[in-house]
Amino acid sequence: MNVPAARAPEATGENLIEFRGITKTYGEGQAAFLALRGVDLGIRQGEFLAIMGPSGSGKSTAMNILGCLDTPTSGAYLFQDVHVEHLDRNQRALLRRNFLGFVFQGFNLLARTSAQENVELPLLYRGESPEARHRAAREALNLVGLSGWEHHTPAELSGGQQQRVAIARAIVTHPLVLLADEPTGNLDSRRSHEIMELLVRLNQQRRITILMVTHETDMAVYASRSVHFVDGLLTEDTATAPRAATGEPACS
Amino acid sequence: MFLNALLLALREIRRNLMRSFLTILGIVIGVAAVITMVTLGNGATRMVAEQISSLGSNLLIMRPGQRMGPGSGGAPRFRLADVEAITSQVSGIKAAAPSVQNGATMVAGGENWASSVNGTSNAFFVVGNWVLASGRQFSEEDEKLGRAVCVIGETVRQKLFNAGDPVGSSLRVKNFSCEIIGLLASKGQGAMGMDQDDVVVLPVRTVQRRLTGNRDVSTIMISMKDGEDTDQVMARIRTLMRERRKLSENDEDNFNILDTKQIAQTMSSTIGTITNLLGAVAAVSLLVGGIGIMNVMLVSVTERTREIGIRLAIGALEHEVLLQFLTEAVALSAFGGLVGIALAFFACLALSTLMQMPFLFDPGINILAFAFSAAIGVLFGYMPARRAASLDPIEALRHE
Repeated sequence: MNVPAARAPEATGENLIEFRGITKTYGEGQAAFLALRGVDLGIRQGEFLAIMGPSGSGKSTAMNILGCLDTPTSGAYLFQDVHVEHLDRNQRALLRRNFLGFVFQGFNLLARTSAQENVELPLLYRGESPEARHRAAREALNLVGLSGWEHHTPAELSGGQQQRVAIARAIVTHPLVLLADEPTGNLDSRRSHEIMELLVRLNQQRRITILMVTHETDMAVYASRSVHFVDGLLTEDTATAPRAATGEPACS
Repeated sequence: MFLNALLLALREIRRNLMRSFLTILGIVIGVAAVITMVTLGNGATRMVAEQISSLGSNLLIMRPGQRMGPGSGGAPRFRLADVEAITSQVSGIKAAAPSVQNGATMVAGGENWASSVNGTSNAFFVVGNWVLASGRQFSEEDEKLGRAVCVIGETVRQKLFNAGDPVGSSLRVKNFSCEIIGLLASKGQGAMGMDQDDVVVLPVRTVQRRLTGNRDVSTIMISMKDGEDTDQVMARIRTLMRERRKLSENDEDNFNILDTKQIAQTMSSTIGTITNLLGAVAAVSLLVGGIGIMNVMLVSVTERTREIGIRLAIGALEHEVLLQFLTEAVALSAFGGLVGIALAFFACLALSTLMQMPFLFDPGINILAFAFSAAIGVLFGYMPARRAASLDPIEALRHE
């Protein structure tokens, strides 16, 4: 199977990600539901994109396709000029493994597993040595401000801390793109802002492209650009003045 | 990649220690049962073979009556003359010993012991492969005159004389007293669990005169020479006996001859059949254990749907997830197999000691049982693993 070739991430002049007339239909015949009705979207390396819209607007569907978890019904999805819509299940898995990191609303950490081991999980599938895994996981946890919490299980961590572990797990592989699906949906406002500041820091300092689904305008203001979905169509695309990160590792 | 899968599997097993333990219990019991059954069966077969051979090699037992078993059904008994005729006239015979069994209570030194006495001749020692630990056999005069002398077995010595040497002491048998002239070397437990050393041997005439009061001989034990054909020797004895008993051609035999080797073979094959049967029953329990593993793995896949979703989302390939769950099942069942082998070892050790049987460790059945348990892991782990690997990551992540 072909691993999609990595291209130089400095190629900021062109789009890292490109949607061309993407549609997605669920079901067939009368019951068919058109979740995306032809979306064109270009995302550049280093952008922090907030994807907004009411529920049922197609933003989650778009996110699944962006994350290579799902394929469009029609249209072209180019990731580093590779046509993702032509890749099979395992090729998309390799693409996720090598270039993408995921953060979910519900954290999705492995229960009864230490923060360290949770963060090491993606590296395990890359077949890295135990020493390399341990070192990378410690670095990632340090980066999200969780040094000293390596051996705590999710049950022993607060929601904010769990989301930090999840972010550490997403960035431990040094992905090009971080996909965050309502990352603050389960957190109170103070923790939410801390997480957003962490994401901004990762975006600005490590040049990780961040795609974030949210329905909270409070959170969208952290992004450098926001797009709105309504009824399966992209209706609004605005560049926002990115809020500067405080630079301090926010501790919870 | 396999190492990786093993690492993931072991992590998962460690994460759910209690569930893992319960899962392998079926396999543990199944493997232990199979190995224990087969090992004990082998031990029993060996024991029977040893006992029969300790009874005497190439031994024929002749009794009055048509059928095997106790009771002569009114058929005429043998006489000492029959024994002499067989010894002198039938070729291929090493020795023939008369036997007159009689229950009696033995008394010596204030101790008493209920057992049976065996009236026979010196041929008895040849036929039964007996060796004297001390003392002597019967003299010609002892036999001819029916003197009150006896040779006793190890058990009788222990019961009546404790540790001392009994040779030269006197033993009271029922109503007469006889001199102990010899002690037999111990043979241990005999066929069907009887104690071969619980024996008191007297000259046949002594027993006839003092205990039974007649001249009958109840059994004749015949030992063949090595390399003789059993069937031919039996035919010669039969011809001689029919002649001596004046049976016409139409008459059926009123005596029967048993071949102990044949009995041994029959018993060994019977025990072998029972062993196989028990092993098969135990194998069914192993199969049930395998189904238990499949059940737990299926539940585990459902329970860990979200986790599988996470793994798939962060880039696990289909075959990696399959391999992880399959490895988990195989690791569980193989570990169960190992624990089962250990359990079987101790069970066999304890049971063979308890049943006074030889403990024959058979590496073949152990390897077979282990391989079988691992194979069960593959067989019953595949379906759940396949199910896990083919999950849709989006659906799996949404799973509550």
